[in-house]
Amino acid sequence: MGKKSKSITRGEFVRLALYSTAGVCVGSMIARGNLKDEPIGDLSHDLENFDWAFIVDTTRCIGCGACVRACGIENRVPDGYFRTWIERYEIDKNENIRVDSPDGGKHSFKQNQMQDKQVVKGFFVPKLCNHCRNSSCTQVCPVGATYHSPDGVVLVDRKHCMGCGYCVQACPYGCRYISYDIGTADKCTFCYHRIHRGLPTACVQACPRRARIYGNLKDPHNPVSAVLHARRYSILKPEMATNPKCYYIGLDLEVI
Amino acid sequence: MGDFVFPNELHVTWTVMIVMYPYITGLVAGAFIVSSLFHVFGLKQLEPIARFSLVSSFAFLLFAGLPLLNHLGKPERALNIMITPHFTSAMSGFGFVYLTYTIIVILEIWFHYRADSVDRYNSPKASWKAVYYILHLGCTLRNEETDRIDHKIVKTLAGIGIPVACILHGYVGFLFGSIKANPWWSTPLMFIIFIFSAIVSGISVLIFLYLFVNFLKKHKIDQNALDMMVRFLWGFMIIAVVLELMDLLSLAYEQTERWAVLKYLITGPLWYTYVIGQILICSLGSFLLLTGIVLLKLPQKLSNILVFLTSGLLLIQVILMRWNVVIGGQLVSKSYRGFTSFMPGFLEKEGILVAAIIFIVPFLMLRQFDRIFPFFPASKKNIS
Repeated sequence: MGKKSKSITRGEFVRLALYSTAGVCVGSMIARGNLKDEPIGDLSHDLENFDWAFIVDTTRCIGCGACVRACGIENRVPDGYFRTWIERYEIDKNENIRVDSPDGGKHSFKQNQMQDKQVVKGFFVPKLCNHCRNSSCTQVCPVGATYHSPDGVVLVDRKHCMGCGYCVQACPYGCRYISYDIGTADKCTFCYHRIHRGLPTACVQACPRRARIYGNLKDPHNPVSAVLHARRYSILKPEMATNPKCYYIGLDLEVI
Repeated sequence: MGDFVFPNELHVTWTVMIVMYPYITGLVAGAFIVSSLFHVFGLKQLEPIARFSLVSSFAFLLFAGLPLLNHLGKPERALNIMITPHFTSAMSGFGFVYLTYTIIVILEIWFHYRADSVDRYNSPKASWKAVYYILHLGCTLRNEETDRIDHKIVKTLAGIGIPVACILHGYVGFLFGSIKANPWWSTPLMFIIFIFSAIVSGISVLIFLYLFVNFLKKHKIDQNALDMMVRFLWGFMIIAVVLELMDLLSLAYEQTERWAVLKYLITGPLWYTYVIGQILICSLGSFLLLTGIVLLKLPQKLSNILVFLTSGLLLIQVILMRWNVVIGGQLVSKSYRGFTSFMPGFLEKEGILVAAIIFIVPFLMLRQFDRIFPFFPASKKNIS
């Protein structure tokens, strides 16, 4: 017995076709809408094409602390430790200098330290890991858990680090700490999980004054090289010969 | 001097456990070198204490790594240092040096005690025969020839052990001295200072224990051995203290950026533990006492009491030195603008109580060891 096929009317067919078209259109729009928050693309396919670097423009920083807060949230930095922080420098007419960084500048800076004196110069200096080319921390790690990635970022392998703290001692910039919740060394990674998806680091994204710039030195059109070619810059503790990749615009002699 | 430290420097990373480690390895290296003075250099006067010093070195060695394990954030990964050593790091050789030294000491003790073990096994009154059988690995042969070979091997091992003991402890000094980021640590003299202070602490602990044990057991003290050790202690402590002070003097004279901050460290946070405690009371005090003991003809009993006190004083001096190096170095901010502070807790993981337990256990172990293989001829006589 042959099965009798079910026939549909022309009206039903048109109605089905319209529903299907509408469904595809709405679905596509939703999918496209979601894509807006997606990364620009996965850039990690050829790490050799990257050499990440960072610029801190101290002349633009207003010490709002947004970068410190953003970093803390993005990287789940434990309380009392900092992957990035802001220092405030105040110099009076007698060349007395005061430096502070209450809670790493996380909650901004409420009042001047030198209320009773005449401050002739004051500025903020954000700090973070310098991702040195000749880094002391990678040199001294006894198990090779901290290392240079092929794209020039100093990282810590949390699954291999034994938490001896030797790297913390060796870093001349105070950028490392032993995270009490995981028992291993921790520090700024240039938000490695973000930059390779085409997203800016958390601190760069949060900075309202564009005092922080990051980029790929191997890209001829990168913003870092553009700034370094146009401005005078410096590095922290050049006498340590660590060859940092975090460059500072407008760095005062007092900043160590 | 301001009061600014980098925010991450508010927490001191290396605390009491890292003070304990160089202190205990210092005792290890120092005690071993005393035993080698007899075995290798033939200082017969030290024979009564040679065996004791060797076993003391071993007892401390067994527990020297414990503070480090307790300190590690991930102690279960401690063996990574030997599985995946990263040879650009000064610390990466630690496991190998430690292991080499341990093997040398174990072998030396084994050959040293082999004849004793065989004798005890063969003695008709012997109890715990099985233990002795295992200890000499079933080899019950003993005659003049085997004794000669044993002695030769002990001498060779002691000879190899001297540089390894120096490396073991000088190496700890190098770990600190090679940190260019730290103005208080960074000096090439650090590893030499550590070696000499190790010898001072090693001789001191041996003298202290020797007098203490013999006093408790009411045994006669071998005055020749004691006098020889006191003279060595005097000499080595002068070298250790002078080296450290010369390093400080050159820093002060150079007037570099380092001194600009370190002078405040010495006159500030380290005033009591370094200037008053380590230098004035313990170093100068023990120097004067030892000078008096060696140069003046004091009554023997008074002299021995002073020796006992001086050795205790020097043991305190060396632990103060370790404290001032390890903690002192971390108090200086790398911003050169201030100092952080540190006060050890009592009950915490790396606190005073744990440190005290780790320090006391080797002494208890020595006591047990003395029951199986008595250290001193007098006590040996009593047993046999």
